Amino acid sequence: MDLILSSLEILARWDVILALVVGSVGGVLIGAIPGVGPAVAIAILLPATFSMDPIVGLTVLLGIYGSSMYGGAIPAVLINTPGTAVNALTTYDGFPMTARGEPRRALSLAYSSSFFGGIVSVICLILFAPVLAKVAPMFGSREIFLAALLGIILVIVAHRGQSLIAGALAGFGIFIQTIGLEPVKYSKRFTFDQSFLSSGIDLIVVVLGLFALSQAFVLLTSEDEKIRTTRLRGGLFQGFRELARHPRVASVSAGFGVIMGMIPGVGEFTAQFLSYTYAQKTSKRPQDFGHGSSEGLIAAETANNAVPAAAMVPLLALGIPGEALTAMMLSVFYVHNVVPGPGLFQNSMDFIVALYMALLILNVLVVIFLLVATRPLIQVVKIPNRFLGLCVLTLSFVGVYSLRNSATDCIMAAVFGMIGYVLKRLSLPIVPIILGMVLGGIMEVKLRAGMARVKEPFDFIDRPVAMILFLAILAVLAIHARHVWLDRKSLKEAEWQTKHRSTRFGALLFRRKGSLSRARGRKVKARHSTSYRRSTGRD
Amino acid sequence: MESERERRFPGPRRGQLLFAIALLVFAAFLLSQTPNQTRWVAKTDFFAQPRFWPAVGLISMVVLGGLHLVGLPWRRFQRADFIEARKWSTALEYAAWFMAYVFAVPVIGYLPTTVIFVPLLARRLGYRSARMLLASIVFAVVTVVVFKSILAVKIPGGMIYEYLPGAIRSFFILNF
Repeated sequence: MDLILSSLEILARWDVILALVVGSVGGVLIGAIPGVGPAVAIAILLPATFSMDPIVGLTVLLGIYGSSMYGGAIPAVLINTPGTAVNALTTYDGFPMTARGEPRRALSLAYSSSFFGGIVSVICLILFAPVLAKVAPMFGSREIFLAALLGIILVIVAHRGQSLIAGALAGFGIFIQTIGLEPVKYSKRFTFDQSFLSSGIDLIVVVLGLFALSQAFVLLTSEDEKIRTTRLRGGLFQGFRELARHPRVASVSAGFGVIMGMIPGVGEFTAQFLSYTYAQKTSKRPQDFGHGSSEGLIAAETANNAVPAAAMVPLLALGIPGEALTAMMLSVFYVHNVVPGPGLFQNSMDFIVALYMALLILNVLVVIFLLVATRPLIQVVKIPNRFLGLCVLTLSFVGVYSLRNSATDCIMAAVFGMIGYVLKRLSLPIVPIILGMVLGGIMEVKLRAGMARVKEPFDFIDRPVAMILFLAILAVLAIHARHVWLDRKSLKEAEWQTKHRSTRFGALLFRRKGSLSRARGRKVKARHSTSYRRSTGRD
Repeated sequence: MESERERRFPGPRRGQLLFAIALLVFAAFLLSQTPNQTRWVAKTDFFAQPRFWPAVGLISMVVLGGLHLVGLPWRRFQRADFIEARKWSTALEYAAWFMAYVFAVPVIGYLPTTVIFVPLLARRLGYRSARMLLASIVFAVVTVVVFKSILAVKIPGGMIYEYLPGAIRSFFILNF
C-alpha cells in the first residue's frame, strides 16, 4: 500500500498529468490514422522527451504506445483498414459487423475489450512486481547476455519464412552499433578515417530513418485513396455489457497478452493469434469467426492491448527490450542515466509502480476520450496519404536535427530512410535491425564482463538462471529447426502433388519412346514374319 | 506458371533478387575490410577483442544473407526487378527535398523555411486547392510553435534573424 501511495506521489505533478493527457489523446489520434503507427510517432517525439524528466517523457511515450491500438480499431472497424499493424485481426470481425449495420456495436466492443486487456495486464504486473523484484537480482552479466541472446534469437525466429533475412538484418544491426570508437581499447572500428563516423551511428538516427522517414517516403510515393466512412449514431456503452457476457474469452485473451508480451520478440501478433484460435475452438458458433463474431473481436482486441504493459517487464527488470518500441524507450533511460535492470527494481520500485499506475490511468482516460470523441475522430482517417507523408517528413526533421543540430545525422537518417523504404516495399522486416543494434550493444558489454571470471566454457552456465536461459535458447533453436524441417517437408509434398509433366507433343513422344518403339518393333516383327512365311511358302 | 515455392514466398517477387545480391555484396565487402578497419589487441581475450562483434555482425550478414539468396525461388532477373529499382529511386527525390529543408533551416530559420517548404512540397504533390494550401501553412506554423516555442527542442535560429532589430531578434531566435 505504501508503495502504491509513493508511486501516486510521483504521478501527482501537473507535467505528468499533462503528459498522460497528451500521450493518450495523441496516441489515439496517431493510431486512428492509417499509415502512421506508434513507432513513427515515438521515433519523432523521442528527442523532444530527452529534455523532460524520465517519468514525464516515458509517460508520453507509454501513452502513445498504449493508446494507439484503441485508435487503430476505428479505421479497422469502419473502413476495413487497420490503423496500426496489430489491428489487422480486428478487421476480420469488426468490418463485417459494420457491413451488416452494426458499427457502433463493433467499436464499442473493441473499446471495452481493449480497456479490459489494458487494465488486467497492468493489475497483473503491479501484483507481479514484487516477484520480479526478487527474480531480477539473480541476473548477472552472463544471465543478461544470455537473455539478450535469447531475445535476438526469438526476434529472428518469430519471422517465419523470413528468418534467414531477419537474421542477416539483425547482423546488420549488430554491425552498425560497433561502428566508431570502441570504448575499452579505444580503437576505431569501421570509421574509414571519416570523422563523422568516429562517434558512431546514433540509435535515434537509425530509428527515425527506418521508421519515420521510410514511412514518409512510402506515403509520398503512394496514391491518395477516397475513403467513405460510416456515420455513427447512439452511445458506445453497450460493449461493456456484451463483454461481461464473455468473461472466459476476455480473461484468457488478456492472459495470452500478458505472457506473450513479456517474452521478447513475440508480442502482439502471437498473443492475438493464440487467443483468436482459442476463442474460435471453444466457441459455440465457430463458423461466425471472420464474419462479425463478437468473441473474435474481443479476443483480438483484448490480447493486443494486454501487451504494452507486459512488454515493459523485460525492459525494466533486465534492461532488455523485446521489440522496437521498448528499444526506443530504452534510449530515454540512457539519456537520463537511469539504467533499467535489476538495480532499478531494487532501488526504485516506486518508479516502476508509478509507470504501471500511469498506464492504468491512461487506459481510463483513453476510454473516456473515445466514448466522447469518436464521432469527430473518424474524420482523421480522411487525411490524404501523401499529405500525411509530407507531415511525417516535416516532423522527422525535428526528431533528427534536434539531436545534435547535425546535417550529417540528417543525411544518415535519409540513407536509413531509403533502406527502410526498400525493406517495406519488399515486405522484409525492419525490427531485427533495431533490436540487433540495441541487443548487440548489451551483449558486447555483458559478454566481456561475464567472460572475465570464466575459466572453462561450462562455467558460463553453471548458475541456475544461466542454465535455464541456455536450455531455453537450445529449445527455441530446436523448435525452430523442427518448424523449418516440417515446412520443407510440406513444401516437397505440395510440389510432388502439383507437379505435372510437360504436355507438349514432342515431350509426350519422348517420354513414351520406350513403349512406342517396343510397339513399333512388335508391328515390324509381325509384318516381317508374315512376309517370310509368304516367301518361303511354309504354313 | 508460379511454382509452389514461389507461391509460399512471403512478400512480392519484384526486387527480391536485386536486394539479396546487393546485401550480400555489401556485407562481403565490409567483411573483407575487417582486418584494416579493426584491430587485434595483444594479451586480450578473444571475446573482448575490438574485432569480435563487428565480425559477428558481418559473418551473420554474409552467411544468413547468402543462404537467403540461395533459398530464393528465382535465379534470373526479370523486367519487374528493374521497374522496382526505378520505383526505389523515386523516393530519392523526397530524400533530396528533405536534405534541402535541412540545409535551409540554419540559414533562413525554422519558421520561414517550414512555412515555405510545406506548401511548396504540397504543391509538388499535386495539392493545388486553397484549402490544402491553408492546411499546409497551418500545419507548418503549428509544428514550429509546438516544437520550438512550447517544447523548446534544440533547433538553432536562422542566420537571417541576425538582421532583425534588437528585441525581435532574440525573440525570433528563441521561439522560431
